[in-house]
Amino acid sequence: MATLGPTLTVKEPRPRHGGGGDVPRFPHGGGDGRGDDGAPDYGERLRRYRLGLAVGIAPIVMLFVSFTSAYIVRQGLGSWDNKLNAYANDWLPVNIPTLLLLINTIILVVSSITMELARRQSAHEAVWAPIADIPGVSVGNERPFPWLGLTVVLGFGFLIGQYLAWRALETRGFFLSTSPSSSFVYLLTGMHALHLAGGILALLYAASTSLLKRPIEARRIVIDVTAWYWHFMALLWIYIFALLQFAR
Amino acid sequence: MSTGHLAPAHAHAAPGGFIRKYIFSLDHKVIGIQYYFLALAAVFTGMFLSLLMRIHMVWPEAVLPIFGTIKPEQYLSLMTMHGTIMVFFVLTTAPQSGFGNYFLPIQIGAPDMAFPTLNMLSFWTTFVSFVVMLAAFFVPGGAPLSGWTSYPTLSALPQAGPGQGLGMDLWVISIAIFCGASLMGALNFITTTLDLRAKGMTLMRMPLTCWAWFITAILGLLAFGVLLAAGILLLMDRNMGTSFFVPGGLIVSGIPIKHNGGSPLLWQHLFWFFGHPEVYIAILPGMGVASQLLSTFSRKPIFGYKAMVYAMLSIGLFGFMVWGHHMFMSGMSPYSAFAFSVLTMAIGVPSAIKTFNWLGTLWKGKIRFQTPMLFAIGFVSLFVSGGLSGPFLAQPSIDIPLHDTYFVVAHFHLIMGVAAIFGIFAGTYYWFPKMFGRMMSEGLGKLHFFLTFIGAYAIFMPMHYLGMAGNPRRYSQFTELKYLAPLLPVHKFITYAAIITISAQLIFVFNLFWSMAKGKKAGQNPWESTTLEWITATPPPHDNFGGVTPVVNHGPYEYSVPGASTDFIMQTDPVQAPTH
Amino acid sequence: MGVALLLVIWLITFVSSYFFVAHKWWPTAVSASAPYIDHQISITFICMGVVFLLAQLGLGLFVWQYRDRGQKVQYSHGNVKMEMLWTTLTAILFIGLNLVGSPIWAAERFHLPPASQSLQLEVTGMQFAWYFRYPGPDNKFGHVDALQSDASAGGEAALGLDTTDPAAKDDIVTGTLYLPVNRDVDVTLRSQDVIHSFFVPAFRFKQDAVPGLMIHMHFRPEQVGDYEIACAELCGLGHYKMHGMVKVVSAEDFDKWMAQREAEKQ
Repeated sequence: MATLGPTLTVKEPRPRHGGGGDVPRFPHGGGDGRGDDGAPDYGERLRRYRLGLAVGIAPIVMLFVSFTSAYIVRQGLGSWDNKLNAYANDWLPVNIPTLLLLINTIILVVSSITMELARRQSAHEAVWAPIADIPGVSVGNERPFPWLGLTVVLGFGFLIGQYLAWRALETRGFFLSTSPSSSFVYLLTGMHALHLAGGILALLYAASTSLLKRPIEARRIVIDVTAWYWHFMALLWIYIFALLQFAR
Repeated sequence: MSTGHLAPAHAHAAPGGFIRKYIFSLDHKVIGIQYYFLALAAVFTGMFLSLLMRIHMVWPEAVLPIFGTIKPEQYLSLMTMHGTIMVFFVLTTAPQSGFGNYFLPIQIGAPDMAFPTLNMLSFWTTFVSFVVMLAAFFVPGGAPLSGWTSYPTLSALPQAGPGQGLGMDLWVISIAIFCGASLMGALNFITTTLDLRAKGMTLMRMPLTCWAWFITAILGLLAFGVLLAAGILLLMDRNMGTSFFVPGGLIVSGIPIKHNGGSPLLWQHLFWFFGHPEVYIAILPGMGVASQLLSTFSRKPIFGYKAMVYAMLSIGLFGFMVWGHHMFMSGMSPYSAFAFSVLTMAIGVPSAIKTFNWLGTLWKGKIRFQTPMLFAIGFVSLFVSGGLSGPFLAQPSIDIPLHDTYFVVAHFHLIMGVAAIFGIFAGTYYWFPKMFGRMMSEGLGKLHFFLTFIGAYAIFMPMHYLGMAGNPRRYSQFTELKYLAPLLPVHKFITYAAIITISAQLIFVFNLFWSMAKGKKAGQNPWESTTLEWITATPPPHDNFGGVTPVVNHGPYEYSVPGASTDFIMQTDPVQAPTH
Repeated sequence: MGVALLLVIWLITFVSSYFFVAHKWWPTAVSASAPYIDHQISITFICMGVVFLLAQLGLGLFVWQYRDRGQKVQYSHGNVKMEMLWTTLTAILFIGLNLVGSPIWAAERFHLPPASQSLQLEVTGMQFAWYFRYPGPDNKFGHVDALQSDASAGGEAALGLDTTDPAAKDDIVTGTLYLPVNRDVDVTLRSQDVIHSFFVPAFRFKQDAVPGLMIHMHFRPEQVGDYEIACAELCGLGHYKMHGMVKVVSAEDFDKWMAQREAEKQ
């Protein structure tokens, strides 16, 4: 009979260096970034959150793949028209406000750049933080440029721009339920805006972590993960814009 | 909000306070149990609904206590909610979110899930979704009647029937919330499996339960987004005047419909693109549990571990390519139908491989017949029975007479409504000692097994005959068609069998709760099983392994290894002389 | 316990198999395509039946034969050759069955009988009745607009037949479907409101009627008699009572019946 007691091999924790089968650090719930014994485990947490984001982007892609395939299929679909006694294609290409949307695209791309700068800035801050804590030591850059804040402003700018674009559509006579094509325009842009707004909330939370005196590592993880999400949102927007512009 | 904040030398105490510990716990074990009890509440709701359905079918004029007579539209609401609650809140919840949450981290040697806060949120979001779903019963018009598949234009037009108003909207909103909850859960499962395995726990040393949960999570990750898209489009059609699914020129009860240009088939494509992976989500965890239990209780490694893994991966992959077999009669292109049909037959192959391997595991083993094993054996039998009606429906020419008849009802109930449920029962009896520190009663367990096994066959086998005879499904009663009259005795037999079998489940519930309080105290490894959950204390401490990190040296099913001193080698046992 | 399991599994297997074969469940088939469909069902049935018996009886046998009697266990992680063998055999069986049956599907869906010889028929489903329309002597269906329909009036009005259309003047609309025996029927299926499904078990015929689509199918009844129509797609509270009747009569009787309908229209 085997012993029923635990037969474990105890391994002392040692600094990680990647690989899937290594000794795991016990993950920390919530935003608490303090290492157990001083060894930085936030690098591992960062990796884990990045992995989580990559996984989480897959269903968002599926959502927009579904909308896209519905869009493409619907475009080519005939529907039985009683008056004509035949299948008729009733697709009405939407006159989207291209110039306005182009400006919005530029705003979003610039915000992606500022987001990336904010991401690298917070990475630097996290690296220097243990040293910056030492009294009397200065690591320079006492008043860092508010790239994060600028990103938030640009993000809001994009959302306002989208709202203006919807108003422009209405002026041109395309409301949500005007035609199947207009429904898709509102649907695709609206769903994207919703996801982007989520990203803005994450950025606001990241900005607030400094006020709430959370450790710099936690802040860095939020900004890093949100930055990748933000870049994905920019790419997604470019895709949607191209779809609506060239596959009307 | 700190949890899992651990120092290596000693286990960290669980957070204090009733709310932190039991309501908004971040501990995957508590969350797993919360999901399990949600599913338990759901399954009893769903069973009760099916009982009312079966009674109405054979006695349409019956006056029931409290409910009075059941009108045809109410029957259809019962049916819709029965299907929805069972598929979503039982079969997508208990095997995956229930047992998976509890045991995935432990079986891979992790102290918790990758994102404990997200885990807690995903449970409570599921809970909210369930409440919204149940609310549909209580609003004016009542619960929707368009089936769990919710095909437009019936589901898109409030004029098309009672319950298709606010009740239908609540249904769609509930499902949309459920999609969000599932996606959160899937994210957690995948990240945990990829990133938190202990040293030595390579992917090919994971128990097959972990593989099942992992693949199920991938299926959920990719499928629920599509359902969410479909739900959003349906909500827009219903409330914002769009016409994704509703064509023009329709008139319902004399009321002209103002929509124009949509396609009902679009819903079917989106829904079934989700719906088919969904049924594999429902069955894969059960397959994992069956593999684990058949190996443990035969004292023999699983036959063909690698093949089992590849089979599950194939099922997952092919599962995304066969959705059209739900739509052979829908008016879709017959060329597509042929393609879907070949792929559907192909997906039968990995399922067959798994069945052969289960039989191969039993062969020349040394079988112990405790209750978990009975349910695992029952799972195999039911999976075979339910699976073999698939090749009939997969061939479009045979699907012509059988589509939307009781033959289909037999098929999916035997697989989902019994085999997958047996997977949940098997997991319960097997893991109960670890979760609650006590044994369930063997006597009651065996009684529960035999009554349920025989009862389930008595309910669902005859449905094949009804389908062959042309008995359509989703009929509230069979009084109108002459050719159905000779089939009524079969329906009566099924109803009696259902009443008995549903009653037998009370034995299980009694056993479950009584054993929690009064069951014989369980040791650490009552089944002499090899996987990591059996090296923890019973029940496991907050961080699962008491402050130490397990190191894995063996595969998951090393039973009866020649030359070993015991007939099982724990995964963390020191390395022995090379065997395989 | 091993014996109990063996007996229960074997008993369930034998009893359910008995009822599959001993009782005639399938309705008598009376259409041209039915024998082919029934044949495909039979060979699938035999193949799956054999697998069913082998798997269940094998399972029952194994759990009894290998019950714990203190015997030595054969330690094994599997057998790759066996895996390859049964995988290949299963694939051949399943995909083979499918390919063997595919000409039947093709005949059902791809090959249409010559229009000149077929009876033109339109079947419209609505909550909760079936209406059948014949094009009349001009062999042309007139224009219908569901938005102009009046269900309470029945017949032509229920379909919304446009009385100003000359092609519609001779269209005949009935609530019972009369068909001549041994003649191909070219049927168009449509729906006014939700999805219905036109299902005649005796013809082995089923097709969804989808709003927004005009779906062409064909079948050929080969025996005189009355056959029930059932709706086979959930369409609302009246789904269970949305039924109809097909009366297949001799060609002469059909012509007589048509003449009567045409006379009524004068």
